[in-house]
Amino acid sequence: MQALNIMVFLILFPLVLAVASLVVRQLSVRRIFAAPANALIAGGSILLLLMSGGEPVFFRVESSIVEHFIMAAEIGMGLLVTYLGLNSKRYFIVLLGAVMTAMTIVFEFIFPPAHAVHHLFIDRFSVIMALLIGILGTLIINYAVGYMAEYHEHHKEVKDRRRFFGFLMYLFLSSMFGLVFSNSLKWMFFFWEITTLCSFFLIGYRNDRESQDSAFRALWMNVLGGIAFSAGVAYLSLSTGIVDLDRMIHAGTPDVMIPAVLLAFAGLVKSAQMPFSTWLTGAMVAPTPVSALLHSSTMVKAGVYLLLKVSPVLNGSPAGICITSIGAITFLFTSFIAVSQSDSKRVLAYSTISTLALIVMCAGVGTANAAWSALLLIIFHAVAKSLLFLCVGVVDYKLDSRDIEDMDFLIVKMPKVAAMMNIGIAGMFLAPFGMVISKAVTLKALVDIHPLLGVALAFGGGAVTFFYTKWMGKTLMVTPAVENKEGAISVWEWVTLVGLAFLTIAVCISFPWISSGLVDPYIASVYGASPTLEKSTLILIVVIMTSLLVIFPIGVMYNSRRRDYRLVGPYLSGVNVDETSFAGAMGRTLHPDTRNYYLARWFGEPILLQGGLLCAGFFIIIMIGVVLL
Amino acid sequence: MSFLKRSPWVFHYNASSCNGCDFELFAALMPRYDPERFGVINTGNPKHADILLITGSMNVRNVEVVRNLYNQMPSPKVVVAVGICATSACVFADAYNVLGGVDKVLPVDVYVLGCAVRPEAILDGILKAAEVLEEKHLALRAGKADKGEVPA
Amino acid sequence: MNPYDESVTGIVFRVIAYVLLAPLAGGLLAGLDRKVSAWMQGRVGPPVVQPFYDVAKLFSKEKIAVNRFQNFFVFLFFLFMIFTGSLFFAGASILIVVFVLVLASLFFVLAGFSVNSPYSHIGAERELIQMMAYDPAIIILAIGFYVVTGSFNVGSIYQASREGHLILYLPGVFAAYLYVLTIKFRKSPFDLSVSHHAHQEIVRGLTTEFSGPHLALIEMAHWYENILLLGLIYLFFAFNPLIGVGVSLLAYFAEVFVDNAFARVKWQVMFASTWVFTIMAGVSNLIIIHYVLRR
Repeated sequence: MQALNIMVFLILFPLVLAVASLVVRQLSVRRIFAAPANALIAGGSILLLLMSGGEPVFFRVESSIVEHFIMAAEIGMGLLVTYLGLNSKRYFIVLLGAVMTAMTIVFEFIFPPAHAVHHLFIDRFSVIMALLIGILGTLIINYAVGYMAEYHEHHKEVKDRRRFFGFLMYLFLSSMFGLVFSNSLKWMFFFWEITTLCSFFLIGYRNDRESQDSAFRALWMNVLGGIAFSAGVAYLSLSTGIVDLDRMIHAGTPDVMIPAVLLAFAGLVKSAQMPFSTWLTGAMVAPTPVSALLHSSTMVKAGVYLLLKVSPVLNGSPAGICITSIGAITFLFTSFIAVSQSDSKRVLAYSTISTLALIVMCAGVGTANAAWSALLLIIFHAVAKSLLFLCVGVVDYKLDSRDIEDMDFLIVKMPKVAAMMNIGIAGMFLAPFGMVISKAVTLKALVDIHPLLGVALAFGGGAVTFFYTKWMGKTLMVTPAVENKEGAISVWEWVTLVGLAFLTIAVCISFPWISSGLVDPYIASVYGASPTLEKSTLILIVVIMTSLLVIFPIGVMYNSRRRDYRLVGPYLSGVNVDETSFAGAMGRTLHPDTRNYYLARWFGEPILLQGGLLCAGFFIIIMIGVVLL
Repeated sequence: MSFLKRSPWVFHYNASSCNGCDFELFAALMPRYDPERFGVINTGNPKHADILLITGSMNVRNVEVVRNLYNQMPSPKVVVAVGICATSACVFADAYNVLGGVDKVLPVDVYVLGCAVRPEAILDGILKAAEVLEEKHLALRAGKADKGEVPA
Repeated sequence: MNPYDESVTGIVFRVIAYVLLAPLAGGLLAGLDRKVSAWMQGRVGPPVVQPFYDVAKLFSKEKIAVNRFQNFFVFLFFLFMIFTGSLFFAGASILIVVFVLVLASLFFVLAGFSVNSPYSHIGAERELIQMMAYDPAIIILAIGFYVVTGSFNVGSIYQASREGHLILYLPGVFAAYLYVLTIKFRKSPFDLSVSHHAHQEIVRGLTTEFSGPHLALIEMAHWYENILLLGLIYLFFAFNPLIGVGVSLLAYFAEVFVDNAFARVKWQVMFASTWVFTIMAGVSNLIIIHYVLRR
């Protein structure tokens, strides 16, 4: 019973904060209450972890008020989408909105509606998601308090709608909690659509042409996914009378295949898999906290969350094969495209999509091993990626550029931020951090099905190493002649950055406990048995991480104090003038300057994007076709 | 142990030579004369080198370059003036821009004479330089600090 | 005491043997490399123990640096290279070995980036392209071993290899591995980032700004790496130790031959040809055995 209370608190309290954010006019009042309120939310998630056991527990909510409210809100959202389309003269969106509204009305009033047996539930997977939403979400909102002040300093032309921003962020948190706690598919759809709308308004925050285009693209794609979701739920309730997620998964009848595929489609769109990846890359125009929260750690994870939930149904079916193929194609193409991108947020966006693609591949495969590695990927990626986005946000304003090519000498200009950024990058692909463990496990799970999937991982992984390492190298360039620009970073941002850096390392070291306490019980409850890593591998990982944690600080401090080196200039054919410049032609003094490789002719976005969209689109068509016929 | 003598790595710089000595120098470093049997490697990088081979005389423009290269070499290091121009500027000594031989700028340890220098003589010079290198190494170890840098 | 068993004493014995003997073997191989190259070029060449003289000389040189942190990365490269080789010979998971190898190589690349020097940077960028080129082949090697033997664990793979003939199942994967060995041993035509003596293009590439003791560490780390790479060849032929060692040495000297026979190519050629060959030889091998073993 207590778990239910916490769950309801987690859904409703951010809602209260959202309204408060909209209503309270004074910025200082909002700021004072932000930190403790966020701490309450984070605390709630942790409390939920401690209160809930290993087995899933289901709750019934007998309330016609809630049901009617949800129905009214769904119709309202459909109308809102239609209105937005009309207002901006985008008629495809008008059509989608109209379809959405019509579907809701038809399936609520005309056909006899089915009712869920259990509306809410809690299991270890939901707890993991709740922890991510609660801890990462609140850290990011804290960061946003400091960041948005600076945002409006830099962008004086953008109207200050911070109250609306806060409203949207808290509404989003609330609906994400609702999403992961929902067992009734109708409720889940309701929360799903709220996140779509939050994403739309947040992407369009700047209200200029580019933002509006991106926002509307995100809107139509996600509404399309939402329509598929809604159609799936309707089909399910009409053909089997089931509206519960757990019943659908355990039903075992072939009737659930079509709804499962439609839900999977919605999940694919939400997690920006090809051919729907352009909404996420376009969404990078949003302020950085939005990118960190929605578009890397939580909302897109909702898509793969749903996919993982329905994957037992799709296991082994042609649709499952299609999903795995879509994941493989997306992973390969997005990893390759990221090589040629120099805008750091775009690199991070493509990297997010590629990690999600790995999770999608696991979901399509549907074995216990695959699901296990998928959960690990979710956890490790969410932490590292949000850290990276937030670091990029800070660097963006201090250096007036978020291009990687302008991040030369970052370790000298902004030592602590650069160190944390490197921890984040290392957390994405380097041993002993979690992502690498997950990739090793994923490789095993995928190769068990077919070696070609492992081959995709091999080639994509090479590209990932390439684009992240050249970024790391850029930031680690050392030169004596640059000033430190770290001074003006706000406390809000520092606390979050340090917290996330600490978490990136902590989730790696505590990996054995995360595995045994959270992930293994969930896998065991769904698949019957749980895979684990060999003890020796676990020990190795912890050993390497601990030794790095010890060696690095000691090494850096020791080396910075050494006096037995004679410092000389770099080799510039002998024409050094001082440590950083050389005598060039015509007697000029020049600075050597190097740029990274972007290999645009090989990994350029235009061709690869088109290729990826076509290949993945091909499999979408097959997936839908196989199921409908 | 005499490791420096057995692994003398060279770095070649053409100060203002007519390239005659350079031809012979590269010939000396090629398989026909095979200096690698003595452990000699032509590194292109002063940071990796022990022996600096300079051909050609010093003039106003290359003084800085030669100093930079010498300073970027780690001790113990040896300078070999290859050819008569590097030794004393020979017929170009009175030219308006020529400062003289290498020893006007750097402490030279071995002079190899000739115009152009024979490859055998160059090899001889390198091997003599290896011995000087060994002496300098012992001197460094004994605490007699070597001035590793030539100030501007 | 059986040095090949999985017990703790066996593991400790092998790790100590690797840490102590690998630099000796690696240095001797490097010396033999130079001797054989000299013979191919019609000259006498240095004594076979010359690499040891070189390393010892480097240790006695003055410590100079461009910035104080570059050598920390070199130290980490050295440390993790020994670590990953030890992991391999101890019999750990081959995936962890590969990932820690990537980590070690990464420290080397970061060392090159940390110095503000154009030659170093270009060397580092080229080293990264090389890594992107050979990474798939190495992972496909691991996948190949897993598909045939059912385990990622080097110890189990070794045991399986002693009983079965892995090379018969994985000829294409082996061929792809040999192709990328040219890159890993830094031999022409694929020695784009760090070239040895007479092959310079961007001065000394990645190692341009390193000298003295840390250059010696880089050289020794390369020796450790070479032994690890040759050990991977041995895994294919473990059914007969003589053949195993013989093929490893043969592969090494074949690389020396290739080094002397070919000039360096552009990175585009290296990258494209490596990936194409990996797919044609390695991936096709994987697919074939996947279906053969399923039957």
